[in-house]
Amino acid sequence: MAKLNLNRVEMPRQAPKERAKNFNEVALGYSLEQAVEEANRCIQCPKRNCVEGCPVGVDIPDFIKAIREGDMPEAVRVLKSKNALPGICGRVCPQESQCESTCTLAKKEAPIAIGRLERFVADWERTTAGAAKKPKLPKPTGKRVAVVGSGPAGLTAAADLAKLGHGVTIFEALHVAGGVLMYGIPEFRLPKAIVQNEVDYVASLGVKIELDSVVGKLATIDELLSNGFDAVFLGTGAGLPMFLGYPSENLNGIYSANEFLTRVNLMKAYLFPNYDTPVKVGKQVAVIGGGNVAMDSARCALRLGADKVYIVYRRSEVELPARREEVENAMEEGIDFRFLTNPKKFLGNEQNWVTGMECYQMELGEPDESGRRRPVVKEGSEFVIDVDEVIVALGTSPNPLIASTTPGLDTTRHGTVVANEETGKTVKDKVWAGGDIVTGAATVISAMGAGKVASADIDRFLKG
Amino acid sequence: MYKILAKKGLVPQIHLFRVAAPAVAKKARAGQFVVVRIDQKGERIPLTIADWDEKEGTVTIVFMEVGATTARLARLGAGDSIADFVGPLGLPTEIEKFGTVVCVAGGVGAAPVAPIARELKKAGNRVITILGARSRELLFWEDVLKSASDKMIVTTDDGSYGRKGVVTEPLKELLAGGEKVDRVIAIGPVVMMKFCALTTLPFKVKTMVSLNPIMVDGTGMCGCCRVAVGGETKFACVDGPDFDGHQVDWDLMAARQRIYLGEEKCAYEEWRKSHPA
Repeated sequence: MAKLNLNRVEMPRQAPKERAKNFNEVALGYSLEQAVEEANRCIQCPKRNCVEGCPVGVDIPDFIKAIREGDMPEAVRVLKSKNALPGICGRVCPQESQCESTCTLAKKEAPIAIGRLERFVADWERTTAGAAKKPKLPKPTGKRVAVVGSGPAGLTAAADLAKLGHGVTIFEALHVAGGVLMYGIPEFRLPKAIVQNEVDYVASLGVKIELDSVVGKLATIDELLSNGFDAVFLGTGAGLPMFLGYPSENLNGIYSANEFLTRVNLMKAYLFPNYDTPVKVGKQVAVIGGGNVAMDSARCALRLGADKVYIVYRRSEVELPARREEVENAMEEGIDFRFLTNPKKFLGNEQNWVTGMECYQMELGEPDESGRRRPVVKEGSEFVIDVDEVIVALGTSPNPLIASTTPGLDTTRHGTVVANEETGKTVKDKVWAGGDIVTGAATVISAMGAGKVASADIDRFLKG
Repeated sequence: MYKILAKKGLVPQIHLFRVAAPAVAKKARAGQFVVVRIDQKGERIPLTIADWDEKEGTVTIVFMEVGATTARLARLGAGDSIADFVGPLGLPTEIEKFGTVVCVAGGVGAAPVAPIARELKKAGNRVITILGARSRELLFWEDVLKSASDKMIVTTDDGSYGRKGVVTEPLKELLAGGEKVDRVIAIGPVVMMKFCALTTLPFKVKTMVSLNPIMVDGTGMCGCCRVAVGGETKFACVDGPDFDGHQVDWDLMAARQRIYLGEEKCAYEEWRKSHPA
């Protein structure tokens, strides 16, 4: 056996100083030579643990082998047979806790950079091969499935069902398809042209996409089922922003991360006034929260021209739920992390504009039910951070619209819809659900995995 | 794309569009709104539904030119299309037999009040409508509202038509004059709705207002439209737009409407430069 090569090939990135001023993609992707060099490190071990680590079961060693052999069309075919959205996953999947964490070389702290290779294959297809080749579709089954929501769960379910010959219509509330991939994740982390390209691929499989369609306000789920649809998949995500619930939270200049990111990403407020939607840019911006959405918000604020951007997080650095890579990116760009800090209230002026945030210093106590040490207020530790903009990134829960207009669904006290983990089936006849609407806010790939599981079960039901 | 089938200038700066939107028309109810985006670079703005025709598959909107987007919208005409027309959003106005209902419409508020008055009348209420505008040339839909009302009072600020003064004066007289009023519905500028609510408060008559804060998605996703009602934060897009006017924090509502004043002004001026009147 050849000697193990433990030198992961680094992916070029824009320099921190430069990228902090633009919305172009931070990571620049591998060249063909770099991709082949990284692919050559794969030992093609017979255990294929990486596949186990992938929520959609991509045959990872096979597409890596194809890269190695220079057979890019084959790499594309292998990848896309399991994953309709590789350009997206290659960029935003937390590979370090999934496929790369189960890679045999992870034990040597040098797992194959599967995400970067996946991204490379997707980009190769988009830029070199021209229009994505669509797989041969089977004879139509004559069955119709309504997919509600066009985020990662809905797109994956729709693509799989279309490949199985079912007639699929996606209903999307916004004016573009892609859900959180379009409104939430910024251009510099996931270019919208790439999302659009993968949405177009799903549409090329024969999936109809109805935009501007708010299910529950237009047709309800029951009306869809009585108007020709044989099954419904709910993939409406977790779109309802959580706030702290403080009375001072309605000051001008305090945004939910959803609003801030929607203005910036979906409505392209960073191009105002060329685009019509404005966004406020403070000089001193505090982002509350420690997840990927908080990192995205902070880095957007920086790019929009804020002088100072804080991340205010109540636990310490090790508990940050964001991907390590994004935390490092944010730190490199100059985001000021204030750990063990928690807002007590917001201060405002007579015009109702936020001027400051009174915070507590926190300390870590005993572990809580999440296993992380519980942050505890240090009494008498209050201090004020001067800010003129605050972005609240404390998470999201499912929009109640579907549950409130669909009798027979079972929901939890968190507003999530109850569905069988193995099948995605809800307790309501002919209705499946998957992604954040079931789990609460999670990752793109876990939503895709849920879309896959549900589409397989819907197929069994439709053919049964 | 949603085609504009008919356009009508109602009064200077206020326009009516009848838009082909069959799916929305099928579900629309009085008090709901649509979110409109003119084109790919456009912003999403909420506009209250003024009327709809399920058979014809159309929805009517009435809007006032107040900034760049509405000015741009006003330049479109019959045959043109709007990129996005999403709805019907928000909760419909509560319609039941209350008894006597006073509908107060201020300025462009005449449009959303019209279907509400009509539905209230259909539900068996005695409907008294107070229609107010700054002056005669800004008054519209007197006929439409009249046909939905048992009694009609018109006011103009300058006295150029109807009674001189603001809508709260006849409202107060009705309440003080012993007329048994079971509910008031007030729709118009924020300051008008606020003073209607203040007028009815001592008489303890439930007063519903339709709030129109700044919105982005209009489906509960962003929280831009948050208002405080009875000390609780609500999203006007999904919890409203109708709220109990006695419970609304009007100062907050007014303050939050001013968030983008600077940007709105800048965009409007830019637009005016390239489109001289």
